[in-house]
Amino acid sequence: MAQRMLACTPCHGEQGRAAPDGYYPRIAGKPAGYLFNQLRNFREGRRHYALMAGLVDPLSDAYLLEIARYFSALKLPYGPPAAMAAPAGRRGETLALKGDAALGIPACASCHGSALTGVVPHVPGLLGLPRDYLNAQLGAWKTGHRRAQSPDCMAQVVRRLGDDDAAAITLWLAAQALPGQPGPAGKAPQRAPGSIACGSAPELGGASP
Amino acid sequence: MRRRLGPLLARTLLVALAVMVIAAALLWWFGVRDALEPSVVAGAVSAQAPQPRQAASVAAGAYLARAGNCKGCHTRRGGAEYAGGRAIETPFGVVHSSNLTPDALTGIGAWSAADFWRAMHHGRSRDGRLLVPAFPYANTTRVLREDSDALFAFLMSRAAVEQANPAPALRWPFGTQPALALWRALYFRPAVWQPDAARSPAWNRGAYLVGGLGHCSACHSSRNAWGAEDTERQVGGMVQGWYAPSLLRAGEAGLGDWDERDIVALLRTGVGARASVSGPMAEVVLHGTQYLSNPDLSAVAVYLRSMQTGSPRVTQSSAPLGLGSAAGSRLYEKHCANCHGDSGEGVSGAYPALAGNRAVLMGDSRNLVQMVLRGGFAPATDGNPRPFGMPPYQVLLSDGDIAAVLTHIRGAWGNSAAALSELDVARHRGGPLR
Repeated sequence: MAQRMLACTPCHGEQGRAAPDGYYPRIAGKPAGYLFNQLRNFREGRRHYALMAGLVDPLSDAYLLEIARYFSALKLPYGPPAAMAAPAGRRGETLALKGDAALGIPACASCHGSALTGVVPHVPGLLGLPRDYLNAQLGAWKTGHRRAQSPDCMAQVVRRLGDDDAAAITLWLAAQALPGQPGPAGKAPQRAPGSIACGSAPELGGASP
Repeated sequence: MRRRLGPLLARTLLVALAVMVIAAALLWWFGVRDALEPSVVAGAVSAQAPQPRQAASVAAGAYLARAGNCKGCHTRRGGAEYAGGRAIETPFGVVHSSNLTPDALTGIGAWSAADFWRAMHHGRSRDGRLLVPAFPYANTTRVLREDSDALFAFLMSRAAVEQANPAPALRWPFGTQPALALWRALYFRPAVWQPDAARSPAWNRGAYLVGGLGHCSACHSSRNAWGAEDTERQVGGMVQGWYAPSLLRAGEAGLGDWDERDIVALLRTGVGARASVSGPMAEVVLHGTQYLSNPDLSAVAVYLRSMQTGSPRVTQSSAPLGLGSAAGSRLYEKHCANCHGDSGEGVSGAYPALAGNRAVLMGDSRNLVQMVLRGGFAPATDGNPRPFGMPPYQVLLSDGDIAAVLTHIRGAWGNSAAALSELDVARHRGGPLR
C-alpha cells in the first residue's frame, strides 16, 4: 500500500507524518472516518485544494476508505511542537479546554476529546499540526471555503469565534506537546445537553440546530 | 469621372447589400428549417406515442447514459447526479450543463420522449429554442429514436432534484438565437444513422457508439474559430488544459497498430500495455467506458482501429531534439527512476514505461507537463480498483527542473522528441480545475 500511496508523500511526508515545509497536515494516525470524510470532501467540493481534488477525483469510495484506513493505522511517534514566535496565552488554553459560554463557544475538548487527540472514528485530533494549517482551516470555515457534511457543527462554532480568539486558540494548540497516548480517544466525550449535532461525526450526538 | 463613379458605387453597394441580406436569410433558413419538420412542430410533438417507461427500457437507458457519460457534464462537483450545473468553459464564455432529472420546474419533468428526442436529434429545447452546441448534438443527432427513448425513460425513472440551471455566461452575440441559427446553418445538419453495408456489424456498432452517444470527437477533434469540429486537419482538441489527441493520427491517439485486446483493456480498466488514461479521459473511463459490454467495447475497438488514417504530425519546433542535460539525468534518477525504471521501462500494471511512450513523445507536450505538475492516479475502475499514484511534482520541482527532466526523458532510451523549455512548463502551472 505504501507504494501505491507515493503520490501523498511529497506533501504529507513519508508515511503521512507531515513534510518539513510546515503547512501540510500530518495524516498518519488520524481517525479513519475523519480521513475518509476529508477525501470525499475534496472530491465533492466541500474542501478546496486543486491538487488534492485532482488526485482523488478518479478514485472510488472503496479505495478512498482503504486509503483512509491505511494512513489511520500508521502509529508513528510525534516530534516536539514547533517553537512559537509568541508565548501561548491563557485565553487560548481557556477556549480550548473550557470554551466561552457567554459567547456560545464550546470547548475544543468537548468534541475533539479531553486530550484533544480526537475521537474514533470521525473526529480529528488538534495537536501536532502546524499553526499555519490550523489558521487556514479556521479561516476557511469562517468564509465557507471549507465545509463538512450538514449539519456543519464546526462552521457554526467558528462563526462565533472572533479573529483574536481564533489566533489565541491556534497559537496554544500548536505549542502543545502530544500526550503519552497520542491516538484518538475510543469514546465520544459527554457533551452538554443542547450541543450542536455534527453531520460528519454522528457519534458525538447532539441536537440539530 | 466622379459623378459617374458615384451611382456605380451606390449600385454596387446596393447589390452587395441585397446579396448579403439574401445570404443571411438563406443561412437563417438553413439554421432553423428543421423547425418545420413534422416531428418538430409542437402539436405533433405532444401528440406522439405515450412515453415508454418499461423496466427494460430504463435499464437500456442507464447503459446508454454511461456509454455517453452524460453524467460527466450533467453533474457538478459534489452535486446530485444528472442535476446539471457544471460550468463548461468554452472559447466563447461559460455555459452550464442542464438539469436532466425529472423535476417539473428546473429539470425535464415536463418533457415528453419526443421533446427529448428533438433535443438529441435537432439540438432544440422543449420550447423550440436552439441549444448551445456545447451540448454535443452534432454527435447525438445520430442516436436512434429507440435509444433516445430509452435514455429518456432512464432519466425519468430517477428521483427529481430541484436545482435551477445557472444562466449561461457567453459573450455577446454567441448564445443568441440568431447567432446559433447562423452557426447551425454553417455547421449542423440533423443526421440519421445509416449503417455501412460494406462493413461488419461490429464496425457499424462501433461507429454508432463512437460517433453518436460516445461523442468522442467532441474532445478528440480540433475546432475552428467558431467552435465547430474540424476533422480535416486531424488534430486533437483542448479540454480543461489537456490535449485530447487525435484518434485519426498515428503517434497521437490513433489506434491503427494496436491489438483490439489492448484497446478494450484500456477502455475497460484505464490502464493498458501501451498507455494509461489521465486527465479528462480518466473520468470518461471511470464513469463511462468501463461499464460497456464486451461486444460493445470490441466493436468500439474495431471502429477506432479503422479511424486512423493520418501519419504522425510533424511539429515545427525550434527547440532542439531532447539532448538531456546532466541535471535532467540526475533529476530523473532522484525522482523518477524508482518507479519508471533506470531505462524508462516502467513496471507492468503499475507504472507506465516512458521509453517509446507516445504521451511522452507527442508534439503537444501539455499532457506530459500536466501529469508531472499535478501527478495523479489512474481511475479506480472495477478492473483496476487500487491504482498506483504519482506525486504532484509542482510542490517539489521548479519549472526549470521539470523542463530539464522532461527533456531528458524525451531524448533518452531511443526517445526522440523536442526539448521543453521552462516556459512550456510555467504556462500550465496552476491550471484550471472544474
